[in-house]
Amino acid sequence: MILRRSGLALLLLALSQGIWAGVLPEDRTDMLYHRYEGGGVTIDGPSILVRKQVGKSLSFVGNYYVDMVSSASIDVVTTASPYSEERTQWSLGMDYLRGNTTISTNFTSSVESDFDATTYSLAISQDMFGDMTTLTLSYALGDDVVGKSDDPTFQRDNTRQHYGFGLTQILTRNLITTLNVETVTDEGFLNNPYRSVRFADPLSATGYSYEPELYPSTRTTNAIGIRARYYLPYRAAIQGEYRYFTDTWGIESNTLSLGYVHPWRNWTFKAKYRWHDQTGANFYRDIFSRSEATNFRGRDKEISSLTSNTFELGVSYAFLKNGWNFIDRGSVNFSVNLLQIDYDEFSDLRTNAVVGEEPLYALSANVIQLFLSFWY
Amino acid sequence: MNITRIGRIILPLILLGGLSACGSIEPWVKPYERDRLADPIMFLDADPVSTAYLQHVFEAREGARGGEGAAGGGCGCN
Repeated sequence: MILRRSGLALLLLALSQGIWAGVLPEDRTDMLYHRYEGGGVTIDGPSILVRKQVGKSLSFVGNYYVDMVSSASIDVVTTASPYSEERTQWSLGMDYLRGNTTISTNFTSSVESDFDATTYSLAISQDMFGDMTTLTLSYALGDDVVGKSDDPTFQRDNTRQHYGFGLTQILTRNLITTLNVETVTDEGFLNNPYRSVRFADPLSATGYSYEPELYPSTRTTNAIGIRARYYLPYRAAIQGEYRYFTDTWGIESNTLSLGYVHPWRNWTFKAKYRWHDQTGANFYRDIFSRSEATNFRGRDKEISSLTSNTFELGVSYAFLKNGWNFIDRGSVNFSVNLLQIDYDEFSDLRTNAVVGEEPLYALSANVIQLFLSFWY
Repeated sequence: MNITRIGRIILPLILLGGLSACGSIEPWVKPYERDRLADPIMFLDADPVSTAYLQHVFEAREGARGGEGAAGGGCGCN
């Protein structure tokens, strides 16, 4: 099961391209190879996006994305067996421009052996105030079907609704800002059918045993984010972002990032630092005092208290600047992200230390992206 | 960041939404003054496929989602 909190990536990807309402997104094709490696997990695969305008007011976009997973993560090593899996996702979207209004629709389907996710979305963007302000309202509905590889009769559903509000504002000739507010509600089977929690068990040789995790069947999350990008006195830009997040499970987080973009001849260099800090869910415990100690139980490290730091370096090279055949221009891009996550309440059980004295787990990962882009 | 500073950023954005209906206030950044904003280095999301992928990476490994304007999605990769 690769995808759990599924669904909104591609529909919002389509929206992000429509940030300048009143103008359809540029025709382009991107061919991306992505590779994540860290914590015993390797995930790689392609992502191909094609966008093409038809007539003066319609633009279509399609995306094909694959995750090929080989996992021997700490969760798998301590409670299950290493596995390989593949997730395939495709999406189709359409943007319709009329005057200063852009209406966007999108359909996304994600399929893997034990998890199917389908998402439908609709968004409306309106340009106003001399094209200095863009207002976007969005809604999405997602349906997930959760399965279990060792139990063909196991099938659970999850329904997700997404409400978004976005405001993009030009403040000065050098400064553009955005405000995004998003609420997402989930209802259904929200935990992972393979994952377990551990509880103190004096009868066990290790001092603890495992039982299946049990999450609440509803979750509502709220996030507010602001971004600002500023053109420096020389040809370069800085970008700052902040997001505050809270949900009904008790997770609260702050995320900050700062980036710098510097062009030089045909090259563009970028650097970015991102910091994220969150509290854990109310029902998260590294170890429970006994079996079925609480109504809801979770030991997923993603919902524990943690801090992550990410450094990104990227470089792009622009070519065919004068065009060739039907192509207007192209670029080749490479970036690497170094991700470090320190968990405050998730013990590393691989050490076989005495219960309560296990060292805390930390994750280091490399994320590589290599992609070609063409505009036509 | 204190509340006053947050207010300085968010309040103008909210007010601008309402002011846009007022014909008496002119947009103060004219179209011909937006050459720098039209520079690709000022695009908030110049590479949407890359942005979507990275947000997918973070969302799968952190408890938060949304509010970033572009992609969401998620992966509970073991």
